Amino acid sequence: MSLIDWFADRRKSQNAPISPEHQQREIADGLWTKCEECSALHYTKDVIENSLVCPACQHHNKVEGPQRIAQLIDHGSWSPINEHLRSMDPLHFEDLKPYVERLQQTVQKTGLTDAALTGFGMLKGHPIGLGVMDFRFMGGSMGSVVGEKFTRLIEQSTDRSIPVVLVCASGGARMQEGMFSLMQMAKISAALQQHQEARLLYIPVLTNPTTGGVTASFAMLGDIIIAEPKAMIGFAGRRVIEQTLRQKLPDDFQTAESLLKHGFVDQIVPRTKLKNTLAKLLRLHQRPTDQHELKNSTEVPPLASPVAPR
Amino acid sequence: MPAEPILLDFEKPLMEFERSIAQIRQMAEAGNEDVSEQVNQLEFRAAQLRHEIFANLTPDQRLKVARHPSRPSTLDYIQGIFEDWTELHGDRVYSDDPAMVGGVACLKMQDDNDGQPVVIIGQQKGRDTKDNIIRNFGMPQPDGYRKALRLMEHANRFGMPILTFIDTPGAYPGLEAENRGQGEAIARNLREMFSLEVPIICTVIGEGMSGGALGIGIGDRVLMLEHAVYSVISPESCSSILWRDVQHIKEAARSLKITAFDLKSMGIIDQIIPEPPGGAHRAPLVMAQTLKETLANNLLELQAMTGKERRSQRYQKFRSMGQFLE
Repeated sequence: MSLIDWFADRRKSQNAPISPEHQQREIADGLWTKCEECSALHYTKDVIENSLVCPACQHHNKVEGPQRIAQLIDHGSWSPINEHLRSMDPLHFEDLKPYVERLQQTVQKTGLTDAALTGFGMLKGHPIGLGVMDFRFMGGSMGSVVGEKFTRLIEQSTDRSIPVVLVCASGGARMQEGMFSLMQMAKISAALQQHQEARLLYIPVLTNPTTGGVTASFAMLGDIIIAEPKAMIGFAGRRVIEQTLRQKLPDDFQTAESLLKHGFVDQIVPRTKLKNTLAKLLRLHQRPTDQHELKNSTEVPPLASPVAPR
Repeated sequence: MPAEPILLDFEKPLMEFERSIAQIRQMAEAGNEDVSEQVNQLEFRAAQLRHEIFANLTPDQRLKVARHPSRPSTLDYIQGIFEDWTELHGDRVYSDDPAMVGGVACLKMQDDNDGQPVVIIGQQKGRDTKDNIIRNFGMPQPDGYRKALRLMEHANRFGMPILTFIDTPGAYPGLEAENRGQGEAIARNLREMFSLEVPIICTVIGEGMSGGALGIGIGDRVLMLEHAVYSVISPESCSSILWRDVQHIKEAARSLKITAFDLKSMGIIDQIIPEPPGGAHRAPLVMAQTLKETLANNLLELQAMTGKERRSQRYQKFRSMGQFLE
């Protein structure tokens, strides 16, 4: 341990409000949360209220799909679609473990059916089609189910003339479904082309991490592209590039901040301000007819039975 | 005398034959003995053996054929198939990417005097090490995808069909490529190719790896040469990610279902174009002729449709890809 590390440790231990043993127990109980970035301890309740952003260092922790929906959608207005779509194993893929087994275990562990949740709801009174990716499900990888759910969401949003927001968190295309996965990039982009042609707003929100086939398709096709602070966003993996170039890459390489500098995202928005920012953008992009409709009815356009966000 | 063909490891049994045929020929040149009978016999048996080997290629062997150093490249096919080829350079943004070639040319069949002007776009690998360095081994930068889109929009404005030739180990994974938006460039092409009204035919002529291949791969027809491969990820990368070593390339190549036959049965591609015995590089002119006829036939069918019909059919074609339980 270097002297600097020792000082850092000592500082941390001085900040800790409770004894280490006690601390461990309460972390295990879920009462306290230790920030993986700055090691500060906070009440779990406070961290959740702060949209899973560390109140001390602003580190953005990963958000589970259902939590993300709750953060963005007005209470009681969410109606999910295509919840029962499940992955198949068209290739009979087997690496160290058969794909079928991997799927079953992930479904059991996460309680999710696949790596994306989709539906319709209101964001501060604005009707939107919302899709969120959940990194817990095989690294948020995109196979046939993610592709089909997003495509249907976009198609239906085009039919209803409403904007689409997709929250990205993905390692890229799901290898276990081979070329079916690659073709989901094409499929979603096709649906976005029609949505765009109908002059409807599409905003992808890039969160940590957004990579591979997701970056090379819908993540980069927004009318406006928003990223969360310090999110890793890129096409090729950092390790692959380092191996190819045989050189060390700059620390800020493939970060949201670097993409902003190079002109590939419009704004970096802290998660605590995401809903407000999206609401503002949705309001600014309403066409006269939309505003008319919004004023004349507090009702949502044709939606199935609304349920509370989970 | 032509350079000795490079033989792949599974072609080793053929080596004996080739060597004895060459020897006998040499002897015949020296003396006056008539050896045609002997040579014919040997050539017949070699052909039989070659047919046997190539009819039963495993996916990883096919990968080797697809990457054969003498395999005809985009420019070879352009030379062998089209007339009046005029290469067009540059993305009008930053640079000209030698790994992606494009231009205008004329597709002329024998019974057709005028021919059909077309726009051609394809990834270009090098013919030797020096050339490969210039061509970046067929791995385009974002500039390549932007040049491709610029030329596709050109085609759409002038009513020229688009023919793309896919042959890439992938889009280039580099610092500059990332900073200039490799992901954005590919993504934009995917979306915009669905908006074009002119016919688009994409042919995988060698290896088509991942998003770098798909970036010029949205077509009304997607064709594949018999020994070409098309995959979501290279078997090498797949092995290192899923098996955590590079020893499982064979398994990865098999599992990923990358051959033309697999992809035809999965509905990912429309047609398999047969290659001459021993692969396209054994008879490039024969291959070019077959490819020319296939392209012309497909083009004829597509030209019978209106632009709107083609767009809607293209949408439906990719819309239906994927397998899931509901």
